[in-house]
Amino acid sequence: MRAGCVPLAQFQDAFSRALLAEPAEADECVAALAAQPAFAVYRNTVMKGCVDALEANFPAVARLVGEEWFRAAAAVYARAELPAEPSLLAYGGSFPAFLARFEPAAALPYLPEVARLDRLWTESHAAADGPVLDRSAFARLAPESLGDAVLESHPAARWAWFDATPAFTIWSRNRDEAAAEGEIDWRGEGALLTRPVGAVRWLAVDAAACRFLDACALGAPLSLALESALEADANANLVRLVNALLDAGALARIRLPD
Amino acid sequence: MAATLTAGLGLKPAHYAEARDCAAHGLWLEVHPENYLVAGGPRLAWLEAIRERHPVSLHGVALSLAADAAPDAAHLRRLRALADRIEPALVSEHLAWSAWRGAYRPDLLPFPRTGEALGRVCANVSAAQDALGRRLAIENPSHYLALDGHEWGEIDFLAELSRRTGCGLLLDVNNVFVSAANLGFDAAGYVDTFPADAVLEVHLAGHSRDPALGERLLVDSHDAPVSEPVWALYERLVARIGPRPTLIERDDRLPAFDELLAERSRAHALLDAPLARAA
Repeated sequence: MRAGCVPLAQFQDAFSRALLAEPAEADECVAALAAQPAFAVYRNTVMKGCVDALEANFPAVARLVGEEWFRAAAAVYARAELPAEPSLLAYGGSFPAFLARFEPAAALPYLPEVARLDRLWTESHAAADGPVLDRSAFARLAPESLGDAVLESHPAARWAWFDATPAFTIWSRNRDEAAAEGEIDWRGEGALLTRPVGAVRWLAVDAAACRFLDACALGAPLSLALESALEADANANLVRLVNALLDAGALARIRLPD
Repeated sequence: MAATLTAGLGLKPAHYAEARDCAAHGLWLEVHPENYLVAGGPRLAWLEAIRERHPVSLHGVALSLAADAAPDAAHLRRLRALADRIEPALVSEHLAWSAWRGAYRPDLLPFPRTGEALGRVCANVSAAQDALGRRLAIENPSHYLALDGHEWGEIDFLAELSRRTGCGLLLDVNNVFVSAANLGFDAAGYVDTFPADAVLEVHLAGHSRDPALGERLLVDSHDAPVSEPVWALYERLVARIGPRPTLIERDDRLPAFDELLAERSRAHALLDAPLARAA
């Protein structure tokens, strides 16, 4: 049957399937098209576009596993999951989860977490601009009301705690050419990515800081957020913790509940 | 004003600072808006800094206007917000589809130009223009496949689309050259009959031979300088329709900014000449 003899929607269903299938599997209405050598231009462009986007969005993963391995894995992912959004910057939201169940990656248990950090970088990079909280804001509040105050994290701040692997150290060494070499201490660690102005920055944080930020993000008052931090680490130095978050630009506002 | 634009360049992040600081007379810059649909951060900041000094054009690749479905309303709202922020000199899209049943394919896909398709594309272009509050320029795509079932020639299809929706057209001369070579039609004849009054913008780019098929298949790869036969077609077009905003596109194997600027100067000189004669 000629392509033009079928309704446009039917043509697009068949053409879409043929892009990801073997030429012999094409529906009748596009079989003659899919059999033309030039059909490969569309197949290749679609796949290259997806794989290039994933390589751009997950640079630390790509550097860790090498280009060939990465592009092969990315092609498997892309066949199962085409971009759902027009902006390719958003592509790959489920790529970390894919890597976690991708058999050939089983020997690299930190790989999904490194992918998650690449994703957090992209989220931070594209997040809204926002004010960076200054220490002096605390001085403007009455000391007795501090415990009720709510700290809002900066819109571009992202953080994660990795219990089992030094994913942040591995990630940062593969993200930054100038990063330190040497032995990696194999233990859990946390990461904080911020973008107070211009480019995304990152630093290692402990479990207490991650729990504190989690609590702030849920709208908990400062007293409860500090309690959460102490639950994660009874010996946490709370003043140093809050100061480090302020210095990193992880906090945007402090406000009293209405 | 679009009427005062001469030659522009596709903008790549590697060239942000040089593009911003470039003082070339009449320079304008074009971006894919999909790369700037972010809430904030350095990408938008760069685009705004460049917009402060140069006109900017938004050249969309994801509206999928030839899909048999209405364009994505959420995407249109984000595009509108970007356009209101940037105040682009031109907004353009392609006569192609990429989004279908919730998934995007990063490509510009072909379709049979039937009466049904014309009705759908007209409805989609009108909806997009209404949502964006701006006139679109619709680009002729590159063709690789001999597709049966066309009821309309491409030029007639585009002319009718423009007549029914009021949209403008973007004539990509390299796409004409590539398609003519691949499908076996006369590129000069295409350029000579393209509806002159509707042309809001012209694109020039480089192409390459398919690695497997060689000369028999040209690919619109945007990874090389504009070829001499494409320049010749372009000169022929300008001689017939007069100067129009013209963009040099380069997406891959990105050379130094100055090298792109030199290519852009060649187009600028061609556009400036008839203007000078008219003055």
